[in-house]
Amino acid sequence: MAKIPKASEMAATLSHIPPQTGWMDTPTEFKQGRWCYGAKAKNMEVLGLPNPRDWSPTDADWKLPSNWKEIILEGLRERIGRFRSLRLFMDICVRCGACADKCHFFIGSGDPKNMPVLRAELLRSVYRKEFTTAGKILGKLAGGRELTEEVFKEWFYYFFQCTECRRCSVFCPYGIDTAEITIIARELLNLVGCNIDWIAGPVANCYQNGNHLGIQPHAFKDMIEFFVDEIEALNGIRIEPTFNRKGAEILFITPSGDVFADPGTYTLMGYLMLFHEIGLDYTWSTYASEGGNFGFFTSHEMMKRLNAKMYAEAKRLGVKWILGGECGHMWRVVNQYMDTMNGPADFLEEPVSPITGTKFDSAKGTKMLHLVEFTADLIRNGKLKLDPSRNDHLNVTFHDSCNPARGMGLFEEPRYVIQNVCNNFHEMPPNTIREQTFCCGSGSGLNTDEFLDMRMRGGLPRANAVKHVHDMFGVNTLSTICAIDRAVLPPLMDYWVPGVGVAGVHEMVGNALVMEGETERTTDMRGEPLAGMEDSEDEDI
Amino acid sequence: MSLENVLDQKREEFLIKWFQLMVDAYPAETAKFLKREKNPFANPVGRSIHEGISGILDLLVRGVEHGKASEFLDRIIRVRAVQDFSPAQALAFVFDLRGLLRDVLVKEIDEGGITADELALFDAKVDELALISFNVYTACREKLYEIKVEEIKNRSFRLLQKAGLLEEISETREESGEKGGDQ
Ligand code: SF4
Ligand code: SF4
Repeated sequence: MAKIPKASEMAATLSHIPPQTGWMDTPTEFKQGRWCYGAKAKNMEVLGLPNPRDWSPTDADWKLPSNWKEIILEGLRERIGRFRSLRLFMDICVRCGACADKCHFFIGSGDPKNMPVLRAELLRSVYRKEFTTAGKILGKLAGGRELTEEVFKEWFYYFFQCTECRRCSVFCPYGIDTAEITIIARELLNLVGCNIDWIAGPVANCYQNGNHLGIQPHAFKDMIEFFVDEIEALNGIRIEPTFNRKGAEILFITPSGDVFADPGTYTLMGYLMLFHEIGLDYTWSTYASEGGNFGFFTSHEMMKRLNAKMYAEAKRLGVKWILGGECGHMWRVVNQYMDTMNGPADFLEEPVSPITGTKFDSAKGTKMLHLVEFTADLIRNGKLKLDPSRNDHLNVTFHDSCNPARGMGLFEEPRYVIQNVCNNFHEMPPNTIREQTFCCGSGSGLNTDEFLDMRMRGGLPRANAVKHVHDMFGVNTLSTICAIDRAVLPPLMDYWVPGVGVAGVHEMVGNALVMEGETERTTDMRGEPLAGMEDSEDEDI
Repeated sequence: MSLENVLDQKREEFLIKWFQLMVDAYPAETAKFLKREKNPFANPVGRSIHEGISGILDLLVRGVEHGKASEFLDRIIRVRAVQDFSPAQALAFVFDLRGLLRDVLVKEIDEGGITADELALFDAKVDELALISFNVYTACREKLYEIKVEEIKNRSFRLLQKAGLLEEISETREESGEKGGDQ
């Protein structure tokens, strides 16, 4: 009988023959859907970034300055001196492999260079060659590698395939944090003008107008007033938020995604309703109109520059403290850097809830409190009238966003709030939540559409866990406390687990909140009928 | 004994070999991981391959049922459609079935326990699966394009709505006989 060839033995174009070379000798191919567009000259000029030009990562010539190599190596030398952790991370990895299969991008893509240990090795190999004696003498034998243009392009490809989520660091016995290595590598790339436009654009907008979309103050205010109308249509209550009001007790800052993009907008309506109901003395700022900070994905300097407006605005308005909305990386910046970077904010007071009198130690240093902690405290003290049955049409699970989870240890408060406003809640498997949570696959400025294939791969481990609770318990709502999640999880669900929607925690608070003087509620904030109200909805329309 | 019965008895061997062929399409380190890691949440790709191929084998033994076939193929193809595979590479695993069958049942075939007719019938089922897999692959890629468009639209949705532009757009669409707007 004739032997039938296996597909893998057929012509190379048909079969997939994986590279059999070692990682150092496997060339990087820029395939569509796996890389992001290069930063545009106009955005780089606004920010005064080096080497502004229009370019594409698929161009053979990246138009690097002629001395690019010196610039990078000098930049690396300087950072190794400045950040002790970096030198440590470069030196102490024993390649035990514990982190190797923990990255969502490796799990979803199967590309070995997405293993955290290899991702770090991209930079480490150059460090060895240039900065260690063994590497200088033995080169490749000692794991050293020359910084060539190919190596540099490979950096761009793989350091913009890391969402800086820190999952790998949880499993490293030495606490090596590949996210920190990515942060430094991106800084180096920026030294010769190799950022991505999805980051440079929002950073430029933020720098000029205060928020990612570059929305001007009057439009920002208009948008929020638009939601005031929506709330009135929903339950008859007229809310009157204030803007740039001097002397308010609290300044509220949230990511602009909540103002401009669904489903974040429903979360924003939840904020407005909650603050109105408890009579909070707070104000919005049209200047600090963005909680997000894509500067964090560019360089330490850029992060500082964009973050400065938070304290500056708090000072100008003379508030006592700052309350922050549901965001991911905003909290990493606030928690890890703001105090030392732009503080100390000695003109502010330690946050105390004006409703319950609770003092929040967690925000003692920064004077900026997470809204979920604030709300959990209101509930704990019985200050809110809640009707969780208004969320009975939702069967909810919770996605721990990388930054509030691994960066702040904020595990209990969101769950406490959710379980007080919803009757149906199911956790995903333990190795996919809390400290071990899987990234959405689109964080750290990679939430752009040209990167969609890679985002779907990176989001697969998260989606797979959602699919499990969807199949087992009929979960139809993935809740989260991050604005990027609210933007990127809907497409992720659409691809991997159709039938599951995405909601912010304060959207569900807004649904359950019984407000004084409200008219009878028949729908949730999205206009979907509440459980048992399916018939009355028709009359509304 | 019929081909189906023999295949059913050799189910384990068949699945192990098929799984191996599937993971051979990845670099060696990855293949090792996909085989080794048994926790379905730590290894979703391995999980979907397992579920997909055992489902498909069941169908082959019992007859290909169109709806079910696309469901099981989808488990595998949805993943491969976003990974580093060309369409041909992504779908090669279906075509591997013929060689695999002849490999696993080599003795039975040589001894004449399985007839040429039965083999031809099996091949026809594989052809059918292959045809369905084209549909599944295309649907996955189309979904990605749809998601891209939706994403871009949603980015400015509220601003357009506020500016009153969306209402106009949906009205014009309805006038021209198209299905509703964005609302
Ligand atoms: S777990 Fe830590 S020491 Fe082990 S390979 Fe990864 S980074 Fe290196
Ligand atoms: S920080 Fe996250 S994305 Fe980056 S290598 Fe580690 S696990 Fe992967």
